[in-house]
Amino acid sequence: MATRLRTRPIAESAPSGAPTVGVPVVEFRDVSKIYDGGSVGLDRASMRIGRGEFIFLVGPTGCGKSTAIRLLTKELEASAGDILIAGKKLGDVSRSKVPLLRRNIGTVFQDYKLLPNRTVYDNVAYSLQVIGEPRTDIRRKVPDILRLVGLSTKLHNFPDELSGGEQQRVSIARAFVNHPPLLLADEPTGNLDPETSIGIMQLIYRINRTGTTVVVATHDKEMVDKMRRRVIELREGRIIRDELSGLYRPDESTTEFAVRLRGELGVGPEGHPN
Amino acid sequence: MRLGFFLKEAVRGLSRNSAPALAALLTVMLTALVLGVFIPIVQATTGTANTVRDRVVVNVYVKSGSTEAERTDLRTAIERTTNVQSVEFISKDEGLATAKGKNPKAFEEGAKLLGENPLPDTFRVVPDDPGKVSAIVDRLAPKDADGVRVPSLAAIDEVRNKEEDTAKILSATSLVKILTAGLAALLVFASVALVANTTRLSIFARRREVEVMKLVGATNWFIRWPFVIEGVFVGFMGGVLAVLLLTITKETFIDPLEDRFALLAAPDTIDFRLLIAVLLLACVAVSSAGSAITLRRFLRV
Repeated sequence: MATRLRTRPIAESAPSGAPTVGVPVVEFRDVSKIYDGGSVGLDRASMRIGRGEFIFLVGPTGCGKSTAIRLLTKELEASAGDILIAGKKLGDVSRSKVPLLRRNIGTVFQDYKLLPNRTVYDNVAYSLQVIGEPRTDIRRKVPDILRLVGLSTKLHNFPDELSGGEQQRVSIARAFVNHPPLLLADEPTGNLDPETSIGIMQLIYRINRTGTTVVVATHDKEMVDKMRRRVIELREGRIIRDELSGLYRPDESTTEFAVRLRGELGVGPEGHPN
Repeated sequence: MRLGFFLKEAVRGLSRNSAPALAALLTVMLTALVLGVFIPIVQATTGTANTVRDRVVVNVYVKSGSTEAERTDLRTAIERTTNVQSVEFISKDEGLATAKGKNPKAFEEGAKLLGENPLPDTFRVVPDDPGKVSAIVDRLAPKDADGVRVPSLAAIDEVRNKEEDTAKILSATSLVKILTAGLAALLVFASVALVANTTRLSIFARRREVEVMKLVGATNWFIRWPFVIEGVFVGFMGGVLAVLLLTITKETFIDPLEDRFALLAAPDTIDFRLLIAVLLLACVAVSSAGSAITLRRFLRV
């Protein structure tokens, strides 16, 4: 699955899956997030993510995956606890420094967040323009990254002329064009069919192989099971499992699955406590 | 490159959002027009009133047909009045000559038209203390029970103190001033509100861009500048339009009439170039205030 980079060979400093010692890239220390309405996003979650790791955040909808991602970009503030990125507490990052933080974090979303009235090239170039990159750098970086994600033939297409997978590639290109040390993906394959999803995951994995720490929030069970990466499972805001090379759900026999299914539907004799 | 980027984004925003932008532009224009018309008017009237007041004299108009003896009596009477510094007799002909000197056309034509000199013989009385000039008037033509001045001597036709005229002009001026200020305040408020609304719609129209900008780490001011430029541009264009209209009106209507109406030619009005600068500055200030208000409220990054 690990295809080699076709563009600039970036030193593959940390083989993914094997966390390096030293300051973790991301650290959660008893982080809680309670929304204004009182609903719980995260409940005393603690985790450490080392440099170059590839993490799956899994769990059902509303378990706190997206909350964790939005806390990392400081779109939300934690209600309690500390979040550290490269050893720096996010709580200490002033408002005016948030943009600089975000420049070091690539973000990919389920709905791509592309600008519909700009071409593929302009979408990526725009994200560089708005952080004040010189034009010459933009001209150099954008074709490079679009070649990396495999869209060099679609530079001048508009997003609505692309397939879902291609649109997600554009959004990955935009997130990774500046080679941030941390890449966050919130349900990157949520809108895609399984075949396309594999391609997207390959791309993210390839980015991870360049040394970038990757956190993927997903409920794509098949993908998680096949990739066998570190899995952190959340439920109702709590971290209930953290396995180095895990499955979406711990091994489960067909009978167990059947029991769970019936329980969740509320028809079985013994309801699963979910 | 950055400025180019901001300008391009601002133009993009304006073209997508042209209807509210136009509304804001027209309101700003209206504000500038009102200010541009009323500032000179208020200044001119105030200026005229003040020049008149500076020359504090009392004019005693002599009834036509009065005899030489009556005039001499009148002169002595005036000279005896307290607070009188000097008395000068200005005959009809002298009066006309002076008037012709000031405004040749009007008086030459007027005198010709009337066939006679309409001006009365006049005693010009200069007071010792300009502040107590009304005492002289009261003495020569005391008010009766109804407040109407009745001359104390038969030879007097009318006693006029220019201060009374001045007071009338000034009270009219102050009314105009208050009304203008009120109207201007309302229009400024409307302008700010409309520019703010335009900016808000523009933010809404470009919410995806704003989202992406936040996502990739654009700084707050980088996100805001295009909106500010947009707002200021709207204000500035409104100002330019207003100035254009004012200039055209001034050139075509007012300048040709200037020598006929003393008020238009009043020397104390603001210099037209200064007026233009003031108006444009006001427009830009108003629109940037509008933009800033909205950005504070709707674009907390």
